[in-house]
Amino acid sequence: MAISKEKVLEDLKQKFSDNILEITAQFGDDIICIKKEALLDIVNFLREEPYAFTMLLDLTCVDYMGEEERFEMVYHLFSLSNKLRLRFKTRLSEDDCKIDSLTPIFKNANWLEREAYDMFGVHFEGHPYLRRLFMYDGFEGHPLRKDYPLHKHQPKIPLRK
Amino acid sequence: MKHKKDGKGGFITTTFNSMLGWGRKFSLFQYPFITACCGMEYMSVACAHYDLDRFGMGWTRFTPRQADMLLVVGTITHKEAPVLKTVYDQMTEPKWVVAFGACAVSGGIYDNYAVVQGIDRIIPVDVYIPGCPPRPETIINALIKLQEKIQKEGHEWRFQKRKS
Repeated sequence: MAISKEKVLEDLKQKFSDNILEITAQFGDDIICIKKEALLDIVNFLREEPYAFTMLLDLTCVDYMGEEERFEMVYHLFSLSNKLRLRFKTRLSEDDCKIDSLTPIFKNANWLEREAYDMFGVHFEGHPYLRRLFMYDGFEGHPLRKDYPLHKHQPKIPLRK
Repeated sequence: MKHKKDGKGGFITTTFNSMLGWGRKFSLFQYPFITACCGMEYMSVACAHYDLDRFGMGWTRFTPRQADMLLVVGTITHKEAPVLKTVYDQMTEPKWVVAFGACAVSGGIYDNYAVVQGIDRIIPVDVYIPGCPPRPETIINALIKLQEKIQKEGHEWRFQKRKS
């Protein structure tokens, strides 16, 4: 028996009332803003039956430069058996740019988190191998941060001219 | 035969150079260094629809050591630049390079942290083909231009190594 979206949200609100800041929806997908300390608990809770959000669709980061809590982590979860989608958002400040890793729960979080680390410099605690994914060793800075210079190049070999 | 510079060597040397150029321009072995969507256009040019073999460029060699012409087809990132440089260095003289498409020519639309702004920042280029991606006719035109260049080229490179 498939569980409804309303039921999932209600259960979440009941169980994690202290850690959920806001629940909104856009284009039919629900957005749940949470505190970052509760991320692992909430994801673990939703992964179990009857919710069965067993698939991590995407994990990424947004840089809102100038705001107090600068980075926003975004997690997309999908439940195959219930055909439901949920989106989690949580804010990180620049000074304390750390969040728990999802690798113990979802295997594909490994590379997704390496990408977020590479591009935004977010540190994932408990990640088994947090190394740059796209950029090369020796690359300085994190290129998708808004304060990375637009035309800054870091060539691996000396350029001509 | 002792080599002299073009125009001073008399009848035999210039004719020899011209013959060498003629032979070389119709036996261009190509090494396609394909990294992006321009590869689709390259395939249609190289295969039967447009058929580069009509112009003496039919042989695709998948090792740079057997190739005369390096076709850089697509975006080159800073991460990939050392690979392209190694491929170029592995090719034997004489060698020619064609920058194929807007990305290889100038970085194209990718003016950012990752992309090399034109492969001429890494290796010397003989012919630039603009377009995103270029039409097959543009490519054939450019390669005919390259053939003209090869025909007119002197062949001092054969004797330069002896000097050093």
